[in-house]
Amino acid sequence: MRREALTIGIALVVAALVGSLLIAYVGKSPLEVYGLLLRSTWGTSYGFGQVLFKSTPLILTGLSVAVAFKVGLFNIGAEGQLAAGSFVTALCGAALPAALPGPIAVAVCVIAGMLAGAALAGLAGVLKTRYGAHEVINTIMLNFIASSVILWAGNARFFVKYTTHTQAISDNATLHHLGFTGSAANTSLLLALALAGGVAYFFNRTRRGFEWRAVGHNPRAAQNAGVRIGGVVIGAMAMSGALSGAVGANYVLGYKSYYESGIGSGVGVMGIAVALLGRNHPAGIVAAALLLGTLSHGGLAVAEQVPKEIVQILQAIIILAVACASAYRARRARSAGAPA
Amino acid sequence: MGDLPALELRNISKTYGAVAANRDVSLTVARQSIHALVGENGAGKSTLMKIAYGHVRPDAGEIWIKGQRLARHSVSQSIARGVGMVHQHFMLVGTLTVVENVVLGQEPRRRGLLDLGRAAAEIRALSQKFGLDVDPEARIEDLSVGQQQRVEIVKVLWRGCDVVILDEPTAVLTPSEVRDLFAVLRGLVEGGMTIVLITHKLDEVLAIANRVTVMRRGERVAEYEADGLTAEQIIHAMVGRPVQQHLDKQPAKPGEPMLEIRALHVTGARGTQAVRGVDLEVRAGEILGIAGVEGNGQTELVEAIVGLRAVDRGSVAIRGTAVTGVPVAQRYAAGLAHVPEDRHDRALVLDYSIQDNLILGQQRDFVGTLDVLDRGRVRQHADRLIAEFDIRPPVPTQVVQGMSGGNQQKLVVARELSRRGLAVLICAQPTRGVDIGAIEAIHRRMIEARDRGLAVLLLSAELSELRALSDRLAVLYKGQIVATLDRDQLAADDALDTIGAMMTGCWPPAGAGTAEAGPS
Repeated sequence: MRREALTIGIALVVAALVGSLLIAYVGKSPLEVYGLLLRSTWGTSYGFGQVLFKSTPLILTGLSVAVAFKVGLFNIGAEGQLAAGSFVTALCGAALPAALPGPIAVAVCVIAGMLAGAALAGLAGVLKTRYGAHEVINTIMLNFIASSVILWAGNARFFVKYTTHTQAISDNATLHHLGFTGSAANTSLLLALALAGGVAYFFNRTRRGFEWRAVGHNPRAAQNAGVRIGGVVIGAMAMSGALSGAVGANYVLGYKSYYESGIGSGVGVMGIAVALLGRNHPAGIVAAALLLGTLSHGGLAVAEQVPKEIVQILQAIIILAVACASAYRARRARSAGAPA
Repeated sequence: MGDLPALELRNISKTYGAVAANRDVSLTVARQSIHALVGENGAGKSTLMKIAYGHVRPDAGEIWIKGQRLARHSVSQSIARGVGMVHQHFMLVGTLTVVENVVLGQEPRRRGLLDLGRAAAEIRALSQKFGLDVDPEARIEDLSVGQQQRVEIVKVLWRGCDVVILDEPTAVLTPSEVRDLFAVLRGLVEGGMTIVLITHKLDEVLAIANRVTVMRRGERVAEYEADGLTAEQIIHAMVGRPVQQHLDKQPAKPGEPMLEIRALHVTGARGTQAVRGVDLEVRAGEILGIAGVEGNGQTELVEAIVGLRAVDRGSVAIRGTAVTGVPVAQRYAAGLAHVPEDRHDRALVLDYSIQDNLILGQQRDFVGTLDVLDRGRVRQHADRLIAEFDIRPPVPTQVVQGMSGGNQQKLVVARELSRRGLAVLICAQPTRGVDIGAIEAIHRRMIEARDRGLAVLLLSAELSELRALSDRLAVLYKGQIVATLDRDQLAADDALDTIGAMMTGCWPPAGAGTAEAGPS
């Protein structure tokens, strides 16, 4: 655990150094740019709020990918699942009676979004267990299907005329903002943190979590232990999809108050990086989401100084550095090896 | 030059984490000799030879090959100096021919094109010179295990090696194949080669080795000339204490049938008919052994009984209840316990702790409210079994990964015997890759299980184990039971040879009639 943190720390330093070269190459002072990046994020109330706002969906998609990972599955479809979840959340929010108490309205909208994500990912799981089709293919294809169906259904029926967004949700389903001087940070952050805690508890404490982890480590031993692998695959994909489906809480209930085509796009893919950076561990995922959220918002702030692509490159370098560092460490550990 | 040792290891040390695999080990292997390296699992034999072969880098120490110090540690360096290794698990590509496998990685070319003809001729010459009987054009998957092993030897010779390290070469062979292998090894030595044999089978050591080095816990504890050496001496050095070699075993008192298998047909992994109409009955209080060369349906038979593989036809019943087609968990609930043939494959989650592995398969029995695991009870369960079965290290939170094979296997046996309401115990290769101390303990547990009324089904590749433990013995050949031997037949002097012949389909001997499939 501590070694892992150290490995990641070293990788971050290396990435920062490489980033410095880039920044210096475009003629700016790395110290100044990094300083501005930090000040504009963790240095101001608004900036910090924006970091939280951007981190919230990353926590959810990071958890989503990690849950699948833990069971030995690769959920590439967070993108489609969060779109489906957000869309359903928005429709639900618009359709609910205005008299419904706030907490109930929010709960209904969030659960509906999670169910939509769960259904989409669960379908990928069913295709895998029933027919043996690989989940990577399944989830990618379902991404295309989900985004097209949403656009089609939206245009045909749900989008406000001449726009690509749905009707606004009713006020009672709107999430409170967390303050931070007008930033978009909202209470869905608490939902994300609670879900992170829940995922950790599930895997570490419950009988089912014990079985799911066993499937991830050694499915053949799990099968021999009486675990039904097919059920676990479908269940884990559904849970993974549900977590991505909860992203709508942040964007729809906490920010835009409607679903808009393309909302949250990219966040699903970033979830893979978050899970990787966070080593599939819920606490690590929260930390990784904060890091990438910081870069995401800080990138906007330093855009006057350096081209915004620089920050995107930096983000990618960080992920690559961590990926290389952990793979390298794993290989070293292997060659040092256990006694034969 | 002629007097220089073929291989000399000086003061080799190697640690893995906190475990010292080799501690200041020195070893001198004389030219044209067969040098046996014996010791329990985890004694450091394989590590030492992997170091000699350049596969593992030592922390300290020197390797000298024919009087020259090895400066760099790499497999290619060792091979270039003439040291080659035949691994326990063969490294062959089944769909390729012998010659293709032999040249793989070092393909001879002529004008840029692969020149297999020359290699085939060379292989034929080697084969003739050393009596290996290897056909360069044969496809690997068509060869028997013994033949495949000779291909591995050819691979080493073809690369110009004259020091051949063999890691547990007889583990997968039948008695007659072992004899053939020994003849080959003697031929190699006569032809100028030097052999290092890693093994834990003492009768083999005594049969073939010139010199014997015994290792224990990473150290070289003894070295003997093989002449006049006894098995007891070696065992004592290996284990560090005298070991009781004979099992205390009363005659069985069979009761009701607990496991009944009727006309079972099972398809194997490659779509072939792996089990073809097996009828078996194991009664309470008896051990039924199943002998057979690996790949004759043992794996599929067990998987079908446990519910890991679908049954085509036939039935399985546990304690009189039909369980054909019933999920795995329900079969365990009906009274089944299962020690899988490969503990890393089916029995253990290596990244889990001892205590978690000890409840694997019984996790439902350890939940408190809301499906949450009751950590306290898991811990108690582990403490009890660790003490009872002497699992080491005695630390419930220890991850299973780095434990010795013997302790891992004790863990599996402990777990399976701790199931509630047991009626049937299936043990597949229960002592494979397990040290002598643990073998003794596991055998004792199996007999205890029998004596307390369990029906025990034992599948093993070790004929001596089958003979020592079984009350009855069935021989499985090509998915069918070709013979069943009772206790008296098992005790006969020529029993091992008879069983060996049955295992390879050479029974009854040609011309001895066809009606009977053997003594039944």
